[in-house]
Amino acid sequence: MNLSMKWLNDYVEADMPIKDYCHALTMSGSKVEGYEVEGKEITNVVVGKILSKGPHENADALFVCQVDIGADAPIQIVTNAKNVKEGDIVPVALDGAVLPGGFKIKKGKLRGVESFGMFCGLDTLGLTSHDFPYADPEGVFVIEEDCTIGQDIHSAIGLDDTSVEFEITSNRPDCLSVIGLARETAATFGKALTVKEPDFKGVDGDINSMLKVDIHNTEKCQRYCAGIVKNVKIEPSPRWMRERLRASGVRPINNFVDITNYVMLEYGQPMHAFDLRYVEGSHINVRNAVNGEKIVTLDGVERELSDDMLVIADEKKPVAVAGVMGGEYSGIMEDTTTVVFESAYFEPSQVRRTSKKLRMKSDASSRYEKGVDRLISMTCLKRAFELVEELGAGEVLNTVIDCDYTDKTPASVEFNPAWINEFLGTDISEADMKDYLGRLGFTFADGKVIAPSFRIDIECKADIAEEVARIYGYNNIPSTDFRGVARAEYTAEQKFVRTLRNAAVSLGGYEIATYSFVSPKYFDKIRIAEDSKLRNVVRIVNPLGEDTSVMRTTTIPSMLDVLAFNYNNRNEKACLFEISKEYLPAAEEKPYINGDTLACNGNKKHRYEYSLPDEPQRLTIGMYGGDADFYTMKGMVEQLLDEMRISDVEYYRASDCDVFGEKNAFHPGRSAVLVRNGVHIGIMGEVHPDVLETYGLGTKAYVAKLCIPELMEAADEKITYSPLPKFPASTRDLSLICDDDVPVAALEKAIKGAVGKILEKVTLFDVYKGKQIEDGKKSVSYSISMRSHEGTLTDEQADAAMKRVLKALAEIGAELRA
Amino acid sequence: MKEQLEKIELQAKQELSSCTEIKALDELRIKYLGKKGELTAILKQMGKLSAEERPVIGQLANQVRADIEEALNSKLAALKSEAQAAKIKEESIDITLPGKKAPMGKLHPLTRVENEIREIFMGMGFEIADGPEIDDDYHVFEALNLPPDHPARDTQDTFYIDGTDETVLLRTQTSSVQVHVMENQKPPIRIISPGRVFRSDAVDATHSPLFHQIEGLVIDKGITMSDLKGTLDMLMKKLYGADCKLRFRPHHFPFTEPSCEVDISCFNCGGCGCSMCKDEGYIELLGAGMVHPKVLENCGIDPEVYSGFAFGLGLERMVMGRYDINDLRLLYENDVRFLEQF
Repeated sequence: MNLSMKWLNDYVEADMPIKDYCHALTMSGSKVEGYEVEGKEITNVVVGKILSKGPHENADALFVCQVDIGADAPIQIVTNAKNVKEGDIVPVALDGAVLPGGFKIKKGKLRGVESFGMFCGLDTLGLTSHDFPYADPEGVFVIEEDCTIGQDIHSAIGLDDTSVEFEITSNRPDCLSVIGLARETAATFGKALTVKEPDFKGVDGDINSMLKVDIHNTEKCQRYCAGIVKNVKIEPSPRWMRERLRASGVRPINNFVDITNYVMLEYGQPMHAFDLRYVEGSHINVRNAVNGEKIVTLDGVERELSDDMLVIADEKKPVAVAGVMGGEYSGIMEDTTTVVFESAYFEPSQVRRTSKKLRMKSDASSRYEKGVDRLISMTCLKRAFELVEELGAGEVLNTVIDCDYTDKTPASVEFNPAWINEFLGTDISEADMKDYLGRLGFTFADGKVIAPSFRIDIECKADIAEEVARIYGYNNIPSTDFRGVARAEYTAEQKFVRTLRNAAVSLGGYEIATYSFVSPKYFDKIRIAEDSKLRNVVRIVNPLGEDTSVMRTTTIPSMLDVLAFNYNNRNEKACLFEISKEYLPAAEEKPYINGDTLACNGNKKHRYEYSLPDEPQRLTIGMYGGDADFYTMKGMVEQLLDEMRISDVEYYRASDCDVFGEKNAFHPGRSAVLVRNGVHIGIMGEVHPDVLETYGLGTKAYVAKLCIPELMEAADEKITYSPLPKFPASTRDLSLICDDDVPVAALEKAIKGAVGKILEKVTLFDVYKGKQIEDGKKSVSYSISMRSHEGTLTDEQADAAMKRVLKALAEIGAELRA
Repeated sequence: MKEQLEKIELQAKQELSSCTEIKALDELRIKYLGKKGELTAILKQMGKLSAEERPVIGQLANQVRADIEEALNSKLAALKSEAQAAKIKEESIDITLPGKKAPMGKLHPLTRVENEIREIFMGMGFEIADGPEIDDDYHVFEALNLPPDHPARDTQDTFYIDGTDETVLLRTQTSSVQVHVMENQKPPIRIISPGRVFRSDAVDATHSPLFHQIEGLVIDKGITMSDLKGTLDMLMKKLYGADCKLRFRPHHFPFTEPSCEVDISCFNCGGCGCSMCKDEGYIELLGAGMVHPKVLENCGIDPEVYSGFAFGLGLERMVMGRYDINDLRLLYENDVRFLEQF
């Protein structure tokens, strides 16, 4: 909402410095976004009178003028303007003038003749022919205003208003008007508000003989006021009206259109004016549309209507979509002679739904859907007629039609000053409260505070408390520490995630944050199987673009994107992690019933047919460069598991397991799934070369994904101390030869089983292939530490254990290296 | 014999004085004092001496032995300390060379600031609540006093989920967690809820379709608007220092009444007005208010008995203000060179 300060001053004296005004209104709840002083880019331009116009001695297209600028002597100006003549009054930019766009005017010689300034056209002053319809838009602006020679151009042509831009919240549609803001201004500064009831004289005539109005849906259209203007004269509005419209950001059109806009801006009530000729049968019916009925609206688009929409119709066809937009042929034309003015009240949600369904918005619809004052229709009709008469735009009939089905009961709320103070934490006197509320138009009766009809937002005690608080000043309310003791602690899950996150950092991971939505192309980019459940995604109906159109079912593509971004930015290495969610559509069989938990509160239930997705948390790790390889990634994962107290995790080839749909994103020979007690807790490994190529990663990269709920389940939080050993350990080293494809985990398992409970630790210290080792074989070396808690182990005991080990190893095809 | 002893002593001392290595010193010790050494050889001849001579020579021999030993020891000490000094000198290093670091990562700046805020609130007795990011219309809008057709819904450009008739959506605000908490917990309630929210805003330096909010909710008997002010004052002073000033401006949110927006004195100019705060002196920080009675009712809490306040602050804005980050996109690009600065 742009407010003309000149217009505002019709209703309240607002002569304080503009900055103070803006600040005070912001602090009382009408937020000012900024203000614009009109014509502030123009300096040193004055009104001049052309005394003479003669030829230029060196140029046929130029003229030399003597111009009176109210100074002692006339000045000489060279111009190419053909539309000016002796005696014309024109804007003159003097030597040193500045014009919109920063143009500076300097005296100088034009083809050898001195010129001390320049005549200005509308566009050089930042104006258009809407501002001054009589002026030639191409040539110099020949002023027909009442002004004096030498007068500054700002005051001469009314370029001296200030326009304040307000951001009005959706609960206060009444402030989308000059009078609404005048009321807020008056209340804020404690000044008087002067609004008089409009009145018009009219000419005798019975409107009922010319027009009939019927409302067929009095719930959706609660009031319809209409009046008629005969013998209309369509012409531009006077300058003061055009100036005010311009300052309010509305383009002047002609007197009738301008009057409807003027009243709308002044009172907040949308008005509609249309040509009586096109109302067939001179009968207006406010009714629901018929399914399939069509109308071409003012914007030239044909709209198909449905029976949940309200139209203004004549006897045969709709002439307007109620509260939204008029029909193309019903508007005011050059040859219009009789105009019908409409001022009506339409139910807000009706207008909102229609406007949304037709995808059509207008000034009127946006006001109606927020809610206009339902009692103001007739006042505004009168105001329009007052203006018609003031402008001499036609003859107003002195009778009007008023179909009124509005509920006149005002909203009222218990007035409880003690409660308000208790709620706000203040100590405001009842008299002050009454004063604040009175300034805002509230009245009092029977212990109640009664809201004025334009305040559609008042419903409860808290609303009254807000009115009191904002005029009292939010910043005058004290700051207190609230009472009572509360204990707070993290939940088990929050603690787990915090520890996990800190562990990832201490192991060298840089935390990242990525979007929850991704491109559906990721299925193919990371080679997810056609029938994988990961392809069943939660889709967004109205995404910003394809790249953010589905909720990810795996966090891996986001990690790959970030790895690729860093690689392309020539960061030579990266070790990243993210703790975030995947979004997995819920199984169909488990319908979500919202409000189950409400049962305990005895409140209403809400049921939806749709299930909410699961949102499990994942830890995703990614790395490339430096010493990154499968085993550095595995080491990091193992250390994390260790820190989270998760033991006995087994690693299986990812290619042999179907639990994780992302398995094809990995190198089949260099990836593993992590399993504990039969539960799959994660997948990790080297990224598949095809995927690397797709992502533009020119180096090997490694990714792991761990499932946090499963990790939590596997974590053993109990810590039990084991006594420190009293007896020395026996250590035996073992170098073995076995087939290359025997996993070391199998060797270790055999060793552990064979040594039994005296085993302390098995440490792998070498794996060797190559010289001296037969093709297809490998050498694996272990250090085996054994210890008893009962006494020092004898050589015999240790030897016996090693014998068992060798026997067990032989069974899986491993033997002592010669 | 006496002469022999004296000669040995003299000879030993001469040899000692020219000795420069610990190893040579050991050889000298063996040569003179060892089992087969010169002194021992002489002492073996003691048997040949007369009874009168024996104690005299014996005493002398012991004296010589003690002298040589002492000379050897003090020479050894001198050589050792010389060697130590030389070694220490040689081992001197350039202590300005960089240290050997174990790998250590960093928390994302969003997490860092969120942790700070969590800690402050936990100190004030607030628990941390979580809620779903994909939620239903009831929890995100309707229960929060935003019925269907409410004009304020327009301002929250909502992403809807396909095939759900606009009843399932990505939450546009963490306020939905208020409803979940109040449905499941009786007052007193004191929670904050950090999390992701989604709005259909195109990406630029200050907008992102995904961002983070931290919601706060307090419900108890006798909670006042001045308590809301006190809580936010405390938070901001802890985050931004005791000198920062807050400004409470009336505003409108459907789920609070009265509602306010809270501005903080400009980080750059401290309140006198500069280009960063567009000459306002203040920067918009968060929205807050007293929980609307209808919201309490919708959640089964009697507004005649209980009152409360709620607030929601944008994490990205706080992070950017705190670290002087001028482009929101940096937070989601995750360039290592950016991440390592925190």
